[in-house]
Amino acid sequence: MKQTLTHFFSTRWGIILTGCFIGVFGALLSAWGNPANMGICVACFERDIAGALGLHRAAVVQYIRPEIPGFVLGSMIAALFFGEFKARSGSAPAVRFVLGFFAMIGALAFLGCPWRAVLRLAGGDLNALLGIAGLTAGIAAGVGFLKSGYTLGRAQGNRIPSGLIMPVFMAVLLVLLITGFPKLLRSESGPGSMSAPVIISLTVAVVVGFLAQRTRFCTMGAVRDVILMRDTHLVSGVSAMLVSAFLVNLALGRVAFGFLHQPVAHSSHIWNFLGMALAGLAFTLAGGCPGRQLFLSGEGDADSAVFVFGMIAGAGMAHNFGFAGSPDRLVEGAVKTGGLSPFGIAAVIAGLAVCLVFGFTMREKIR
Amino acid sequence: MKEIDARGLSCPHPVILVTTAIKEGEFPFTLIVDTVTARENVIRAVKMKHCSVEYSPEGDGFRLEINTV
Repeated sequence: MKQTLTHFFSTRWGIILTGCFIGVFGALLSAWGNPANMGICVACFERDIAGALGLHRAAVVQYIRPEIPGFVLGSMIAALFFGEFKARSGSAPAVRFVLGFFAMIGALAFLGCPWRAVLRLAGGDLNALLGIAGLTAGIAAGVGFLKSGYTLGRAQGNRIPSGLIMPVFMAVLLVLLITGFPKLLRSESGPGSMSAPVIISLTVAVVVGFLAQRTRFCTMGAVRDVILMRDTHLVSGVSAMLVSAFLVNLALGRVAFGFLHQPVAHSSHIWNFLGMALAGLAFTLAGGCPGRQLFLSGEGDADSAVFVFGMIAGAGMAHNFGFAGSPDRLVEGAVKTGGLSPFGIAAVIAGLAVCLVFGFTMREKIR
Repeated sequence: MKEIDARGLSCPHPVILVTTAIKEGEFPFTLIVDTVTARENVIRAVKMKHCSVEYSPEGDGFRLEINTV
């Protein structure tokens, strides 16, 4: 039974089924209360968690999003059930922290991770095209480094507690949320105040975590594998996610094509492109998109856990220091284009520079 | 027989190592990986290159033997 399931999930139909599930429920979670075109967004939801824990003071984005713990715990359940949970660490963890930090800076410049870029496009937000183009450019640069010998080195097997750090952290977050721990911060307006019912979000996320652990669903890997070896396996899952989310949005009347008046988005094209280029490069150098890093951390990969902590730290810094993009706004009937502050621009450029330094210097010939 | 140790390496490095070895053309050769993910990715990459692959458990991981069809 386990072998049959493992085989199915490794097939193209397995990854397509996973992509469809994520797309359908990514769109539905928005309809059920999550912010528009943000049914699932790993970067945004980690940013909300950072806010809820008081790591930043942006009052409109503070909430313990249950989807993030659900992803990690769903992945852990799958890994334990199929005997794949393995505590491991030691592959340049500090570099991974910095990559996570700047991946978040890039994603928040765009206002979303690759998952949200797909969901934004599925809702008609054409700014996502710039983001996806930037993401592809960043991944292509990362592939160039991979081909030139870039590596963060080997991880090693470790004791069980090392692999449990992220699942336990996520379980604690869930307990704080469900018991209504009074010190948690919660937005009273803005995206952080909008949420689907906890039980629905958590259930969907656990299933996503389970499926994604089995199928190795990865939005960055999808593009990377096409560029690196013309392998369309993962990209068929991401395509299924896009199509299914679009169809659900269409059925619910939630598609509005255009660049302007898009929810939680800005139309500053160059920073949509460069923000996601930074995120794509950082994800490639770290070996997985933000979702994949969560799923890996659920199966015992403490290096991925470090990347996730880097993202959460980056989210805190992004909002404390004004690095995050600001959405377009209506001012006296006219659209005021949002985008990045001078500090945000500096942070994205610094992130690109740091990633390039890693790409050019972290090299090793492995035999 | 050439043996490549890809244990501890995260994706896509095992795949890069195997495709490089296939290009070099020294068949058969073995590749050792330590996760099911790496095993699956390598098998898919090898099949795309029209080579054959068989695997067996080895310690905590797997030994894959790659050959021409």
